[in-house]
Amino acid sequence: MKRVYPDKDYCIGCHICELACLTAHSKSKDLILAYTVERGSEGLSSCKRVHEGGPTCVALSCRHCDEPACVAACISGALQKDSETGRTTYDREKCVGCWSCLMACPFGAIARHPLENKIVKCDLCADRPGGPACVAACPNQALKQEER
Amino acid sequence: MLFQPINRNYHDFSIVRDKDACINCKVCIRQCAYDAHYWDESRQKVMHDNAKCVGCHRCEALCPTSALLIQKKKSEFKDNALWKPEFIKYIYKQADTGGVLLTGMGSPVGNIPVYWDKLLLDASQVTNPSIDPLREPMELKTFLGAKPVKLEFGKSKDGTPKLKTKLSPNIELNYPLMFSAMSFGSINFNLHVAMARAATELGICYNTGEGGLHKTLYQYGKNTIVQVASGRFGVHRDFLNAGAGIEIKVGQGAKPGIGGHLPGEKINEMVSVTRMVPLGSDAISPAPHHDIYSIEDLHQLIFALKEASEYRVPVSVKIAAVHNVAAIASGIVRAGADIVAIDGMRGGTGAAPGMIRDNVGIPIELALAQVDQRLRDEGIRNRASIVAAGGIRCSADVVKAIALGADACYFATAALLAVGCTLCGKCYTGKCPWGIATNDAKLAKRQNPDIAAKKMVNLVHAWGHEIEEMLGGMGLNSIESLRGNRDKLRAVGLSDTEMDILGVKHAGR
Repeated sequence: MKRVYPDKDYCIGCHICELACLTAHSKSKDLILAYTVERGSEGLSSCKRVHEGGPTCVALSCRHCDEPACVAACISGALQKDSETGRTTYDREKCVGCWSCLMACPFGAIARHPLENKIVKCDLCADRPGGPACVAACPNQALKQEER
Repeated sequence: MLFQPINRNYHDFSIVRDKDACINCKVCIRQCAYDAHYWDESRQKVMHDNAKCVGCHRCEALCPTSALLIQKKKSEFKDNALWKPEFIKYIYKQADTGGVLLTGMGSPVGNIPVYWDKLLLDASQVTNPSIDPLREPMELKTFLGAKPVKLEFGKSKDGTPKLKTKLSPNIELNYPLMFSAMSFGSINFNLHVAMARAATELGICYNTGEGGLHKTLYQYGKNTIVQVASGRFGVHRDFLNAGAGIEIKVGQGAKPGIGGHLPGEKINEMVSVTRMVPLGSDAISPAPHHDIYSIEDLHQLIFALKEASEYRVPVSVKIAAVHNVAAIASGIVRAGADIVAIDGMRGGTGAAPGMIRDNVGIPIELALAQVDQRLRDEGIRNRASIVAAGGIRCSADVVKAIALGADACYFATAALLAVGCTLCGKCYTGKCPWGIATNDAKLAKRQNPDIAAKKMVNLVHAWGHEIEEMLGGMGLNSIESLRGNRDKLRAVGLSDTEMDILGVKHAGR
């Protein structure tokens, strides 16, 4: 399957991918409202995290593993592996907020929702026609969605 | 400003932040290499310090909500035709520092005419047909190097004609364009990779500049001109044999008569190995070559390099356009150079004293016309190609340069603009926010060679199409037919002396 791969050699640490993710998952689809309003009122957060250490930075999110530890750990069946698309999907309704997936994920790619007993996880922008927002927004082509 | 020198507020730019659009996302803080934007912990918002802004526009370009506007500071000194604001600011700075004023990029001064803008091209009407380059073949291929005075033919055993004349080595270019010398060190490795890849894809050449050639770039040798400058950085046998040509850099348009200085901070591991200088030590190129004090000495160096490269590649000599350029060029050709590159006073640089950059040398247009004429008058024009450099902004400049007698043009500032440069002129700080004139690991990676190479290729393709259109309009189907064809040029608003030097008639004549 096509996954989003970060390129640490050319990630410039601008965090624009985070803003794109935030906007893509907002109700308003407007960066200014998403960042200034929805982030506070609804706990809207980015699935993408830019990690920095010295001159190195890299934007990480769920890797949609072939054998996801989070799915194995999920007690409610909220996390599933979609055999057709290859995505690791998350059903918000089923999630009980037990954080088993957070503990299980070896990449730290799952975060707690800041306000509710839910998680925040990359869905590869399943509903976005142009593909993942982070890839489209990266100004330095340091995020690529491709088959490897 | 509290606790600051009193002239600190006489800065050049103002940062205007649209309060409705700014979301305090800090992208500007992360992008600014000069700390002009900062997070104010007590106010819990992004603030800025206008005095630190260099006008590079990086924050404006990357602001995700278009909330930023970089403007010239509106504050103005009382009008004074003699004491223009830049001179007043120079004095304040020098009174503070006691130092030479450093600058980067080409001279921005407006009082020296840009002759490209005073020259107009011809087009065919009625009496001769223009050519549509999309329907008919159009030749931009250019060969740089010595050409024979005459060709002699014999017959091979089977009776077919055979060339008897031994041809000199030439550089073959698909476009009459080359990326001019920008050393590895002054710009970073990512851009050298990009230039090498772009030149290879385009079938043109790029110039290593004086900083040697990184081992991993030897594979692009067919599209590389290796440069030998006064510091001899990175020069060794393999280097001399790595490229399609060798260039002796005597002078640079932006700073004729002075050497170069790459500060130690820019000498990282890779630059140190490539330049063959210790890590972190300043790399100083002397003003003269210490083995060239005459045309005879130059002759020796040219042939030393030809010997070292077994006469396989042409040798170029690059000089700055100065007062006596035609006679110097004649001497260079007679010394055995296959290519003479002339760099005009508006050429770019990574660092030069502002006074030198803005006051020394002459415009490329005048130098080029004079050199071409002098070599023709002396009957030695065929012995060397002429490459014009220093302030080539667009395809029309290229066409005009070729009509004035150039075989090809070097361009570098345009290539840097293609990858984001905004001519802020702070290259000498080593903190280029566009990741160009910097070896800082965090800044240099702002140039992704994949993107940069593509942009450079696009630029040359675009110029190529435009050159073809202009040639076709003039009824020419080959760049060769334009070379030195000054009848295709007319001047507007130039004096008789200027037109005499350029060898062109006034428009209407």
